[in-house]
Amino acid sequence: MSLSSARDITRAVNPPRAAYLDYPLGHTSGRPNRPELNRAIVGDALRAFHELTEPGTMFHLPYRWSEEDHWKDRVMRPSPKGNGRTDETQDDRVERFADPQYQTEDDAAEAAGTHEGEECLVCAGIDY
Amino acid sequence: MSADTPPEEGGPYRASPVPYIDRTRDQYAGLGYEAYGWAHIDEAPPWAPVTKPLSESKLGVIATGGVYAAGQTAFTYKDDTTYRAIPTDVDSADLRATHFAYDLTDAREDINCVFPIDTLRSFRDEGVVGALADNFYTCMGGIYSQRRVIEELAPTLVDRCLADDVDLVLLVPV
Repeated sequence: MSLSSARDITRAVNPPRAAYLDYPLGHTSGRPNRPELNRAIVGDALRAFHELTEPGTMFHLPYRWSEEDHWKDRVMRPSPKGNGRTDETQDDRVERFADPQYQTEDDAAEAAGTHEGEECLVCAGIDY
Repeated sequence: MSADTPPEEGGPYRASPVPYIDRTRDQYAGLGYEAYGWAHIDEAPPWAPVTKPLSESKLGVIATGGVYAAGQTAFTYKDDTTYRAIPTDVDSADLRATHFAYDLTDAREDINCVFPIDTLRSFRDEGVVGALADNFYTCMGGIYSQRRVIEELAPTLVDRCLADDVDLVLLVPV
């Protein structure tokens, strides 16, 4: 079961079962500090394991991000005048750094301590 | 909830899904780049019937939001095909999110936005879900090499889920 917020991308890869949540990316399984809403969303996705009986079917979950969903207008369309940008085509994407990108400096230090002197097979994804 | 029927139409609500593939194409064209090569799978999806009730099923999770636990090495933003095993008894305050392709603000406020760990533990505690796997798995999205995902990352995660003897796996892509 794929719980997805990008309907077209999910359709393109055609998973056996999908539940589509029409929220902005970064909220595939809910909103911050809304445990009851998130239980409703994930609970619907779990029930869909049994409700979907045709391969390639996608459920639409009945949740809306905001009344008018203006966020949809801005996705991958940087404001022409915002943030110092001069035109719509200026690249606003985050650079794809090739070294570990820690959320905090403390995390980097803690990981260094955890892994002192040896490679961590779990972190390397080769522990099997 | 009904299959392939969008939420109610009409009014000011932008009822249509965001066309990510089209907008990526337009953005890349505007930057003078070649079109991004989205994956398109034409084969019929594999199908395994669900045979047990949810309350007797063991659930695994694979999430692509770049989640790691404090103490683990963070993901890189460049074609990182490694994964992390996150113990399902983890303190969710120790979970972090790192990614280049979505706004991390809310995930860093509450990791359940992209990794429903507390949500699923509550279902397990109530008996809605029979059991959770000992570990959930996390990886990056935005890996530009489909070959490396198909040949390296995905089979590794499948092997781990099979070894965990789960009945169901919930995928949480971002």
